[in-house]
Amino acid sequence: MPLSSPADSKSTGSGASADPVLRVEDLSVFLGGLPVLRGISMSVRAGEAVALLGGNGSGKSTLVRAALGLLPVERGSISLFGSPLGTFRRWSRIGYVPQRSTAPASGATVAEVVSSGRLALRKPFIPRSAKDKRAVHDALELVGMGGRAKSDVRELSGGQQQRVLIARALAGEPELLVLDEPTAGVDLEHQHVLADVISARVNAGLAVVVVLHEVGPLTPLIDRGVLLREGRVIAQGPLAELQHTTGQLLAHRRTGHEHVDPEPEGWLEGTVDH
Amino acid sequence: MEILAYPFMQRALLAALLTGIIAPAIGIYIVQRRLSLLGDGLGHVAIAGVGLALMTGQAPIPWAVAVCVAGAVVVEILRQQGKATGDVGLAILFYGGLAAGVLMSGIAGQGAAALSQYLFGSLTTVTAADLAVIGVLAVLVLVPTLGLAPQLFAVSTDEEFARTQGLRVRLYNILIVVLAAVTVTLAMRTVGLLLVSALMVVPVAAAQNLVRGFYAALITAMVVGVSVTVGGAMGSFYLDTPPGALIVVLAIVVFVLSWPYSALISKRRRVAPVLPELVDDETLLPHVAVPEAHPHKHGPDCEHPAIRHGDHTDYVHEGHRHAQHGDHYDEH
Repeated sequence: MPLSSPADSKSTGSGASADPVLRVEDLSVFLGGLPVLRGISMSVRAGEAVALLGGNGSGKSTLVRAALGLLPVERGSISLFGSPLGTFRRWSRIGYVPQRSTAPASGATVAEVVSSGRLALRKPFIPRSAKDKRAVHDALELVGMGGRAKSDVRELSGGQQQRVLIARALAGEPELLVLDEPTAGVDLEHQHVLADVISARVNAGLAVVVVLHEVGPLTPLIDRGVLLREGRVIAQGPLAELQHTTGQLLAHRRTGHEHVDPEPEGWLEGTVDH
Repeated sequence: MEILAYPFMQRALLAALLTGIIAPAIGIYIVQRRLSLLGDGLGHVAIAGVGLALMTGQAPIPWAVAVCVAGAVVVEILRQQGKATGDVGLAILFYGGLAAGVLMSGIAGQGAAALSQYLFGSLTTVTAADLAVIGVLAVLVLVPTLGLAPQLFAVSTDEEFARTQGLRVRLYNILIVVLAAVTVTLAMRTVGLLLVSALMVVPVAAAQNLVRGFYAALITAMVVGVSVTVGGAMGSFYLDTPPGALIVVLAIVVFVLSWPYSALISKRRRVAPVLPELVDDETLLPHVAVPEAHPHKHGPDCEHPAIRHGDHTDYVHEGHRHAQHGDHYDEH
């Protein structure tokens, strides 16, 4: 199955596998004249699952959006698969799952939306190939939406729409999957479904960067967390270690209780480097 | 069909047919981008081109195309730079175009009467040369709107995702407005500059009511477009009415008729309403377990309406919202 073998295409790029799939150095991003990210450095290696954590306004979504070239960079450098962002061309290696609020609202079928995920591999004016069709079909099967290919995306629940957006990102057979708050506004039951889908991709060798408000059901598959606050990285490491450094049980919410507890005021006091 | 015996009607019907194909084909992208009134604005800009042609004694269509395309590119570049988010800049451009057109045709000594055949369409005066220009422009618009449909669909539905597919989003966006500008001028002889926008939007809206999916809507919109333009052109011959007005009225009739059908369909598409969870307030709310024993297990298949509430699902049960919490249900 073509979707489960990103490792093959990786080995064909001679020497490229030595580079991290994403490297961000000293990145600063300003939005509306205000600094949103300040001197961020981080990297993601092939096959690694990294969670960007932090409260609202900590800059985690801005970080992934800047890393994909969707936002102008004030200072610093970004490289994807060893190439600087400005010269990076092999976009099919990246699968982006934006926040669901940006999902196509107008009348399109699930298969049509997912087909957009093949565009990096297609040339203008050339109709889609049998391989394109198969990849769309396979991606929908992977997220368990194979039976809904002809449904209008507006007929789906939030969790199902999220799976469609993940299928769209997987359709291009990427090596790096970037997800922006995939579990936001999705009920716990569907969060587990999403976690299973993403786990399967991680096990198949994909590198994953996922923006999360809270780790929840995704905890077991995260290799490393990067904790942001007010546009700075305040801690990185395995989740257990992060939990320890912050004195906060980041992952305790993954079972039983469905309420979102707000972060208590000053929950990171003492660890923040002012 | 005596109507086909007149050469002027043959030309009129051909022009109408081409307009009916083209306007919805580009219109669907305009609707996707929620720029339904862009066509109307571009129609105003094209008037400046017509005025310029009248003043200099040239053929109006090429001038209208040139001025309208230039205006469209300016509008799109302003939008991309975030400078046209307020509508004021657009309004100045659009009404400036209208005023300049009327002014220039006045200077040409032709007044509003000469302009009106472009404002409201004048199918029966389409010349063979006009028809040739319209035919070439129609092909120029149709090739990219159909050939680049997957790219244009991606760009007009989810611009950021399209960019992460390596698509030249800015270029595609400019292409969309340029094609819209060409379509507007192409349609000025059939439905007229003031009504052309309706032909770009209304068949698309009707098609989206009738069928499911983007490509099905694209094809259906073109079928609706051709039906109303050809039907309107023929009807206006018999009723002796301005064709543009009849075409647009017919399109709106199709849209109105498509409405009950879509209401019927969407009844079956039951989508749960969403209650945003006010996270900060949640701590203030007491934890209230459902007092009585609750043997019923809520789930996706039970008869209680489901409501998404923040990160979980509530089920409406006898006027309360029940949310699962461990082994019991909470009142939410």
